[in-house]
Amino acid sequence: MTDENIKLIESHEHPLDGYLRKGRIPHIFCPGCSLGSIMTVIVDSVLKAGFDPKKVSVVSGIGCTGRIAGYLNFDSFHTTHGRAIPFAIGLSVTDPERKVIVVSGDGDLFAIGGNHFIHAARRNADITVICVNNFNYGMTGGQAGPTSYKGQFQSTSPYGSVEEPFNLPDLAASCGAVYVARWTALDVRRMKDSFVEALSKKGFTFVEVLGSCPTTYGRRNQLAEGKMILDYFKKHAVLQHGANTREIGIEMNGPMIVGKFVDIDGRPTLTDHLQGLQEKGRASIGKK
Amino acid sequence: MSDESDSIEVMTGKHYTTGNHAAAEGSLAAGCKFFGGYPITPSSEVAEHMARRLPQVNGNFVQFEDEIASIAGILGASWGGVKSMTATSGPGYSLMVENIGLGMMTETPCVIVNVQRGGPSTGLPTLVGQQDVMQVKWGSHGDYEPIAISPSTVQECFDLAIDCFNLSEKYRLPVTFLLDEVIGHMSERLVIPSIEKIKIINRKKPEVPPEEYLPYKAGKDLVPAMATAGEGYRVMVTGLTHDERGYPVISAEAQEENVRRINDKIRLNKKKIIKLEEYMLDDADISLVSFGTSARAAKGAVNRAREKGIKAGLLRLITVWPFPDERIELLADQVKKILVPEINYGQVYREVERAVHGKTDVEGIFKLGGAIHSPAEILKQIEKGVK
Repeated sequence: MTDENIKLIESHEHPLDGYLRKGRIPHIFCPGCSLGSIMTVIVDSVLKAGFDPKKVSVVSGIGCTGRIAGYLNFDSFHTTHGRAIPFAIGLSVTDPERKVIVVSGDGDLFAIGGNHFIHAARRNADITVICVNNFNYGMTGGQAGPTSYKGQFQSTSPYGSVEEPFNLPDLAASCGAVYVARWTALDVRRMKDSFVEALSKKGFTFVEVLGSCPTTYGRRNQLAEGKMILDYFKKHAVLQHGANTREIGIEMNGPMIVGKFVDIDGRPTLTDHLQGLQEKGRASIGKK
Repeated sequence: MSDESDSIEVMTGKHYTTGNHAAAEGSLAAGCKFFGGYPITPSSEVAEHMARRLPQVNGNFVQFEDEIASIAGILGASWGGVKSMTATSGPGYSLMVENIGLGMMTETPCVIVNVQRGGPSTGLPTLVGQQDVMQVKWGSHGDYEPIAISPSTVQECFDLAIDCFNLSEKYRLPVTFLLDEVIGHMSERLVIPSIEKIKIINRKKPEVPPEEYLPYKAGKDLVPAMATAGEGYRVMVTGLTHDERGYPVISAEAQEENVRRINDKIRLNKKKIIKLEEYMLDDADISLVSFGTSARAAKGAVNRAREKGIKAGLLRLITVWPFPDERIELLADQVKKILVPEINYGQVYREVERAVHGKTDVEGIFKLGGAIHSPAEILKQIEKGVK
């Protein structure tokens, strides 16, 4: 990036100025990628939820979605592949007032980082996890991943993907997440409301966003432009709040069930448990 | 442990306890408020002790799903503004090395206790080893200069745990506390001083407002001031090569500047960091170089050699990394032979051989794990060496 470019961009005002990092824009996302608009929705919803921006931390792993943390002007952490969630737990438990958001991709969160996801949900860690699912490993050139559906063509599935993909909302729900929703990248208004709900809720909250990746997913699957993927979403998305998560796995040319599936109150969080332990610890030595 | 103290963090008084418990108490005295870990023999007692003690001092203990999560969690906690640690053994340390690299690159203070057992692989879970010396130096990919400290007594497990935290805070990096199974499980007398007598170093904080703060701009000591999450500085932390703002820059120039500095901050401050014990070295013409448990047997062997009129001495490495090249080279000018007893197949030995530059003979006395040296067998090598 040349200095000239920086000047050109800084001369335009953007409604999210102050929440994007100066000098880091333009971002690296491809034309037709949905990550830019999802990033906007994330900032919008943090502001709408009314958090003190000083108390917001965004943590990412590695990958295209993993770059989001670094563009946002909150405390932002771009960690190692798959490890955003445990890093986020360390941040979360050291200040119960801190809002910790993990934003990362499907490969990062559910292949290499899958173990951390299920345990964070089980222990009801006080974090919001936003997964942008683009059905493949974009950053590394379009390999198949844990969310690639059967028959999907990727560079490592040249004959079509043969494995069963993860059904992410079902995985989250069955491991104990207190809030679970799924949207496509098109549903920006519902996505925003849903992010606000997820962020405002204590405990482990999870939102899957089906994202468009024309470059490394679309081109191999007759969806070579961002708009074609969004059209596909429009055609296949079915809004069904409260759907049984067992039945919302994604198949080629099948319906994409979106909506809010889980919203549970009253389950104690990891932070609650740790505060309870401190009370017990102090009591054990006769201190209040 | 006995309790003669008013402070909850510092258990001032006399105790009879194990190295693992002493390391945990030293960490608490240093101000540790977060432990993230995963059970593994022979280090689990550190975690168990912290699970009981941390809630008493308003700290948090989280038992994670594996060692990878544990190290990631303590890095996150450190950026959350508290002193944090984990404890493990060889197999767990192997799982941690990628994120130790993240800690090096992002300059994150934290402490990793590694109670060594015999390896490779599952090896000897319950028996002693000193085989992780090189893993601490080279385990993660890329260039970095680690600090590792190795105690030889239960008292040192306490005292040097505080040093580990102080060094990690001062130089902003993960520091490895390199115990071994024998030290970890051995019971000895421990005297915990009063709280005023314990010197604590905390990370340097920025003295400028957020708009002027450059998170990776360092002064003469090459260590940048550290703002943490929630302080309004909007920290930007990445494992990618970055500039002074913390922004990723993928270029050879940025790499030179960034990686050179994180190495040089240790290299240039080596003299301040390194701690050694010199025992009967003044007139020695044969010297042992050892550390940890092995150094205890080595000291016994020096005593027996002296009784027989042999001028033997011991250089004990309290700091294993950075390596005391200069002192070893001086020693090479003085003695006819250096013997290196260690419970591995020649890790510190290689470093000593490198540092002497061919000026004297270096010989290893290796045990591959599962047993410690006896003073008698080291003495035998000393006697052979002076013949």
